[in-house]
Amino acid sequence: MSKGPARLDVQGVTLTFGGVRALNDASFTAEAGSITAVIGPNGAGKTSVFNCITGFYRPTAGRIVLDGEDITKVRPPARAARGLARSFQNIALFHGMTVLDNIKLGRHAYMKTNLLQAFFYAGPAKREEEALRREVEERIIDFLEIDHIRNKSVSVLSYGLQKRVELARALAMQPRVLLLDEPVAGMNREETEDMARFILDVKEEWGTTIVMVEHDMGLVMDISDHVTVLNFGEVIASGTPKTVQNDPRVAEAYLGSGDPQALVKRIEREMAS
Amino acid sequence: MIIGTAKESYPADEALLTTAPQRVWMTIFVIALIAAPFVLSNYWLYLACLAMINVISATGLNVLTGYTGQVSLGQAAFMAVGAYTVAYLERSLGTPFLLNILAGGVIAAAIGLVVGLPSLRVKGLYLAIATIAASFILHFVFVNWTAVTNGNSGATLAPATVFGIELATYDRLYWLIMPFAVLLVWGAANLFRTRIGRAFIAIRDRDISAEVLGIPLLRYKLMSFAIASFYAGIAGGLWAYLFRVVTPESFPFLTSIFLLAAIIVGGMGTILGGILGAVFMTLTPELLRVVVDLASVFVPDAATLLSPVRTIVFGALIVGFLILEPRGLTEIVDRIRRFFRLWPFRT
Ligand SMILES: Nc1ncnc2c1ncn2[C@@H]1O[C@H](COP(=O)(O)OP(=O)(O)OP(=O)(O)O)[C@@H](O)[C@H]1O
Ligand SMILES: [Mg+2]
Repeated sequence: MSKGPARLDVQGVTLTFGGVRALNDASFTAEAGSITAVIGPNGAGKTSVFNCITGFYRPTAGRIVLDGEDITKVRPPARAARGLARSFQNIALFHGMTVLDNIKLGRHAYMKTNLLQAFFYAGPAKREEEALRREVEERIIDFLEIDHIRNKSVSVLSYGLQKRVELARALAMQPRVLLLDEPVAGMNREETEDMARFILDVKEEWGTTIVMVEHDMGLVMDISDHVTVLNFGEVIASGTPKTVQNDPRVAEAYLGSGDPQALVKRIEREMAS
Repeated sequence: MIIGTAKESYPADEALLTTAPQRVWMTIFVIALIAAPFVLSNYWLYLACLAMINVISATGLNVLTGYTGQVSLGQAAFMAVGAYTVAYLERSLGTPFLLNILAGGVIAAAIGLVVGLPSLRVKGLYLAIATIAASFILHFVFVNWTAVTNGNSGATLAPATVFGIELATYDRLYWLIMPFAVLLVWGAANLFRTRIGRAFIAIRDRDISAEVLGIPLLRYKLMSFAIASFYAGIAGGLWAYLFRVVTPESFPFLTSIFLLAAIIVGGMGTILGGILGAVFMTLTPELLRVVVDLASVFVPDAATLLSPVRTIVFGALIVGFLILEPRGLTEIVDRIRRFFRLWPFRT
């Protein structure tokens, strides 16, 4: 079973695409068991950081460290096996499968069934599948309140539900660090509140480290323990939601003016709406 | 009439056949399979054997192309590998037929692993072309490696024997081929109840996010290639015992297209699709021939007049299916099933 939350360090990561410098010496730490938000304007490099952490992209310089182990050179499947799970900004579910199968896929790396056992659906394969089914039902499907759609094809679900299924699949990976790329983008208020509750519950009940990219300032200020602000690939501020809100550089990046009060007002407006 | 289904427990929900009608249909089907050799004429038994061989090969291709999304036009060449393996073992070593057939599958799978290597780099049409290239290389080997294949004159082999009984007639061969078909189709269905089948579908749908979930692409793509060619090898081995002569032209490139058409017509990425498609592709030309024969009672010269028409009708049927039912025969079966499931409350 899962070995508890892990600490994640992003150390001096630089990533270039041809001439574009998507990340420039970016560093931050997600403490074990905390919620860290990575924010910044569009194109700031937030998704790129996630891609470096999960091994999608190989950084030009810098290191990714998981609980003290340098995993910069580890391939994505092996990172998954070490407890890194993510959801994608543009939902990446498998449309040819049901909700249930999508979630079960999250557990792939932890399962042992080999080809021969699978062919005969013999003892171990059957036991493993049935245990997985039970656990997915009891720990994930009930938890995220998606019982009614378990046998539906994901392609017929609303955007909000698809995001929830993606979270379910990430949870099935028994994550020690869970990376969520814009978990509430495109959701209405009610869906956003549900998702906020789920994220907090994951932190409490599963004891998972959460790193989240999000544009919804209300959500970020509400639930995160720590905020890192990216702008043009550089970390321009890091700290508690309060200190970051009042940082003139952050206001500059977001509003083009160095007045923190304007930013605080905007955030209050968003939280109220 | 059953409105929906309430499943009592998860294990019951994980079973292969989850509803009562499914179990009834399966029982009827099993009875038909067992009764067939007692009721069918020799000629139709031959067709049944051929159809089941094609079902095996199409099911293997369906795992690779329909479920894993790797387009292959090499399935016929792997059947040839299986057929030649059986012919060689039967002729020069005289090993037991079950062992020969299994060896056919294993050797085909080993070659499939090699042919699958480009799949990590190339996709779609480019991969299809790589498999075509492999087919032509294998054909070259069949023609020229005369010590094993006997070249263009082909290799003839003795019938399979069990306890001194020769499996030389179609009613006996049926009992060799049918269990293989049932076992291999059942095994393929089982794969998709486990993590392995899910990984295949994940690779088909989105290979990059599959990798983030911890699915090593190369290993699973190669596994899929190996399964497809194993099935082809077994099918080819059975084919060798059915026809008892293997030549380089026994499995022309056209057969690969035939099998790809079978899974498209039947329904890609469904077990039922592979079965329906292979049976349809094998039997339709024969059914059309029966029609022509019937017509010739009334129309003199019908045979000469209608034979070419037969080919055209066959082609038109395939194209028609692709246009009207792009998801294949399986979709038609599903629709009929849904109709009866909710009938008479909703249609
Ligand atoms: N695969 C790629 N090839 C080339 N450039 C890329 C690639 N991925 C990202 N970039 C560039 O890197 C920069 C950062 O992109 P990234 O997607 O990380 O931004 P983001 O902060 O996630 O933005 P958003 O809020 O819009 O999601 C952008 O300038 C983008 O154009
Ligand atoms: Mg992004």
